[in-house]
Amino acid sequence: MKKVYSRIESITGNVIAVKALDVAYGELAEVQTRFGMSLAEVIRLDEGLVSLQVFAGGRGISTGDEVRFLGNPMRVSFSDALKGRIFTGAGEPRDKGPALSENLIPIGGPSVNPVNRIIPREMIRTGIPMIDLFNTLVKSQKLPIFSVSGEPYNQLLARIAMQAEVDLIVLGGMGLKYDDYLFFKDTLEEGGALQNTVMFVHTAADPVVECLMVPDISLAVAERFALKGLNVLVLLTDMTNFADSLKEISITQEQVPSNRGYPGDLYSQLASRYEKAVDFADSGSITVLAVTTMPGDDVTHPVPDNTGYITEGQFYLKGGRIEPFGSLSRLKQQVNGKTRADHRAIMDGMIKLFAAYRDTLEKKSMGFQMSAWDQKLLKYGELFEKEMMDLSVNIPLEKALDKGWEILASCFEPQETGLQSKLTEQFWPKG
Amino acid sequence: MTTTKGSVTGVNGNMVTVRVDGTVSMNEVAYIVLGDKRLKAEVIRVRGDLVQTQVFEITKGIQVGTPAEFSGEMLAVELGPGLLGKIYDGLQNPLPEVALKTGYFLEPGVYLDALPRDTKWQWSPSVKPGDQVERADTLGTVPEGAFTHRVMVPFNLFDSYTVKSVKPAGSYSVKDEMAVLEDSKGVSHAVSMMFEWPVKRAVDCYAERLKPTEPMVTKNRIIDTFFPVAKGGTYCIPGPFGAGKTVLQQVTSRNADVDIVIIAACGERAGEVVETLKEFPELLDPRTGKSLMERTIIVCNTSSMPVAAREASVYTAVTMAEYYRQMGLDVLLLADSTSRWAQAMREMSGRLEEIPGEEAFPAYLESVIASFYERAGIVSLKSGEKGSVTIGGTVSPAGGNFEEPVTQATLKVVGAFHGLSRERSDARKYPAIHPLESWSKYKGIMDLPWVEWAHWYLERGSEVGQMMKVVGEEGTSLDDFLVYLKGEYLDAVYLQQNSFDPIDASVSPERQKAMFAKVVRVLGSSFDFKDKEAARSWFNRLRQMFLDMNSLEWGSDAFKAADKDLVSFAADRSIGLDTKAARILESLE
Ligand SMILES: Nc1ncnc2c1ncn2[C@@H]1O[C@H](COP(=O)(O)OP(=O)(O)OP(=O)(O)O)[C@@H](O)[C@H]1O
Ligand SMILES: [Mg+2]
Repeated sequence: MKKVYSRIESITGNVIAVKALDVAYGELAEVQTRFGMSLAEVIRLDEGLVSLQVFAGGRGISTGDEVRFLGNPMRVSFSDALKGRIFTGAGEPRDKGPALSENLIPIGGPSVNPVNRIIPREMIRTGIPMIDLFNTLVKSQKLPIFSVSGEPYNQLLARIAMQAEVDLIVLGGMGLKYDDYLFFKDTLEEGGALQNTVMFVHTAADPVVECLMVPDISLAVAERFALKGLNVLVLLTDMTNFADSLKEISITQEQVPSNRGYPGDLYSQLASRYEKAVDFADSGSITVLAVTTMPGDDVTHPVPDNTGYITEGQFYLKGGRIEPFGSLSRLKQQVNGKTRADHRAIMDGMIKLFAAYRDTLEKKSMGFQMSAWDQKLLKYGELFEKEMMDLSVNIPLEKALDKGWEILASCFEPQETGLQSKLTEQFWPKG
Repeated sequence: MTTTKGSVTGVNGNMVTVRVDGTVSMNEVAYIVLGDKRLKAEVIRVRGDLVQTQVFEITKGIQVGTPAEFSGEMLAVELGPGLLGKIYDGLQNPLPEVALKTGYFLEPGVYLDALPRDTKWQWSPSVKPGDQVERADTLGTVPEGAFTHRVMVPFNLFDSYTVKSVKPAGSYSVKDEMAVLEDSKGVSHAVSMMFEWPVKRAVDCYAERLKPTEPMVTKNRIIDTFFPVAKGGTYCIPGPFGAGKTVLQQVTSRNADVDIVIIAACGERAGEVVETLKEFPELLDPRTGKSLMERTIIVCNTSSMPVAAREASVYTAVTMAEYYRQMGLDVLLLADSTSRWAQAMREMSGRLEEIPGEEAFPAYLESVIASFYERAGIVSLKSGEKGSVTIGGTVSPAGGNFEEPVTQATLKVVGAFHGLSRERSDARKYPAIHPLESWSKYKGIMDLPWVEWAHWYLERGSEVGQMMKVVGEEGTSLDDFLVYLKGEYLDAVYLQQNSFDPIDASVSPERQKAMFAKVVRVLGSSFDFKDKEAARSWFNRLRQMFLDMNSLEWGSDAFKAADKDLVSFAADRSIGLDTKAARILESLE
């Protein structure tokens, strides 16, 4: 039995300190407060003084509260019983189901040896032309949705989750609005996917420290399922809330901030989570789809900026649509060469024309004269926005390619498209 | 091992404080003994009997009172035959061997031999008993892939020695005793094919450092022609995320005209290293005809691997580069990204509670960056041969803004700057090196005045382009419009290069000169177009012809035919040639 300490030396924000011996860095403790029990994690050792981060926060903690060390780091129960269940960031049940305690596994484990990785090779179909056709999502990819708040990013996330052919969905919610939490729950339930979903949800009302646990706990569970052969899709929303929790904690810890208050290790913190995305050569895989809201629609804000340096591209959600510019799947070329012969050409060709359309729009707004070519582009751009970009469009890749040819044929002559004549001869709609 | 021992008194992230019972030295390697695991650490500050160490592993589980041991040695790498083709982590742990031992994951506390102990090397002695030798003198050689690997007097033997004995030709492994050397005091030293050298000390066994003058050909047109890099020089590639830093380094690592390439994947994505790992063994090095992997060493400490080892990784890489330079070879070190290395320093500096500089980087950031790049250089060896280490580092500035400490500190010390721009990468103009912002202090494959003459069209063309945005095409004169078209033409057919096209990806200096001449002829020609539309469509046509030619094999029949068409198409329209262009063409053709 571990010793109980009943004198808290200091309380700063969510961090308390006690004098204790035989305590390991990263170990968990239980703090008994007048509001009930909270877990706490050791974040610093200094001679006899142990600093702990209290999951439920420092509010209301008294210097006389009891701290009992558990002798183990943060763990989560792993078994098939997780499927269909909903937990908090600390791993406590959020649904009415029982607490799980068998087969505890550590979270935040070591990274995969790079030599054991393989080159990604399989497309994930989403039914969204702006993804499947223009920025293909690939199994084991790590990709955020960049978006201003107010955009339907959670709807997009839920929709991809419902359509992607994966074995298991792990949803990590951080600072989720309660409504959004219910939205995910209902959508997955209606779609019949709840039984193949595990949710770790921290809502905006929950203590900030629990928010920090969500990615690690979600990814630890995903990793075990992947090692058992499952293809797992991890949804993390919203990683900006995760980063803000890091900021809050590092500031109360009086760490020197590097950029707009964020700690200097923000990049490493984010990377160690995103890099959990992997395709195990002879087992399952983890694909990570995250949401990064951009304060002020500013990509150079530290959170989207650091994220962009880590992930394999990004989907840029703006005005309810995935923008062709600014969006990029860096892994698309690994898969879009083996889908259909016209995939790459349509992808490049249609985007070039769309760029020309945007230039024309600009010219138009400045009052320059519109040529016949400009008129064609205007027609094309409107069709493209309606038939390809609108998020309500839900068609398989092949249909989207056919649709692409249709749009081109209704606006241009084959030689105006810049597409190779070999392709236009084969694919240009007849009559 | 020294006898100094200690016990942990504090843990803060990967910084562990230890109270010691004896002497310790700065940057010495220590081990935190956690059960059956020994976690490697480096001493980074000493205060009385309290020593602060940065631990190269996850520190979870360490307690106050956990024992520590001190090695007495600085953080070092193994040098000897067998480095080429290897994949190491930042501490020179061979990752494929680690994988055999620990499976999918990198378990802490597993340190394996960097050089394989059982490989046999075919030794030919170069000295005989009685010869006088000093550090870095060749004792014998072994073939390593396409190279003759020199087994040298270890760099840490600072005296003059008499060879007492040397092994006859035959097959030996790295730990076998190959020679016995006697120093000036009569003490004998047994030497093998391998020795260790501390990574944070530059190897300085050469006769003289020379000025970098010879171009290091990358086969990238915009670099070799406009912003060249010299053998033994330094350059940096800053750019926002997704602008193409990694792709540019990847093509350079394949095509650069050097003997050996060392890739330091420092704090970036593991997936990117995998591409190199899987593809290089399949690709051929045109210089040697062997697999590219045989001229490559990968040091890979990706973003989720321990941060302190990331800090060490660039030093591990540059030390191996210096070692091969001592054999008279040209080595290229590519580090992606030096910002992650700087951030590792920042994290540690924060834990040490040092007074922070700008953006919380430590005050010594500039001097550390400067002394890292200083380890590049072309040198003459005692034998009179030359060897070089060229360093190219990417920089990942926060927000893509170059006015930040790492970019600024790097720009102060490097010899060439290849700045990538978001604007160009968004427009898919690859490589996205900005032609108006980048610079180089080195001499390239072309004479400077020619390049400057051509560069004028880029500058002036861009000015006209800016103006046109305001006044429209209507308000631009035909002459100005032509300059604009010429600038765009130079950009499209020469500066931009398709890295994924097997031919266009790598262009020899000979071809670059021939192509440059073709571009110069068009830039220097006058034309009489009836209007802007006619000029634009003519240039579009010309551009398409040139681009098609770029992906044809140099000297092939198809190439010659396309060339003929292009020349006559251009000649039909030209009504005169500017005298400067004529002079350039005279020397080029
Ligand atoms: N030369 C090129 N030709 C074609 N596409 C390119 C080229 N360079 C880059 N790209 C495209 O841009 C993407 C990003 O390039 P890269 O990974 O080199 O960026 P980066 O600057 O290293 O970004 P980060 O800082 O995030 O690592 C690539 O996946 C590819 O789609
Ligand atoms: Mg990169």
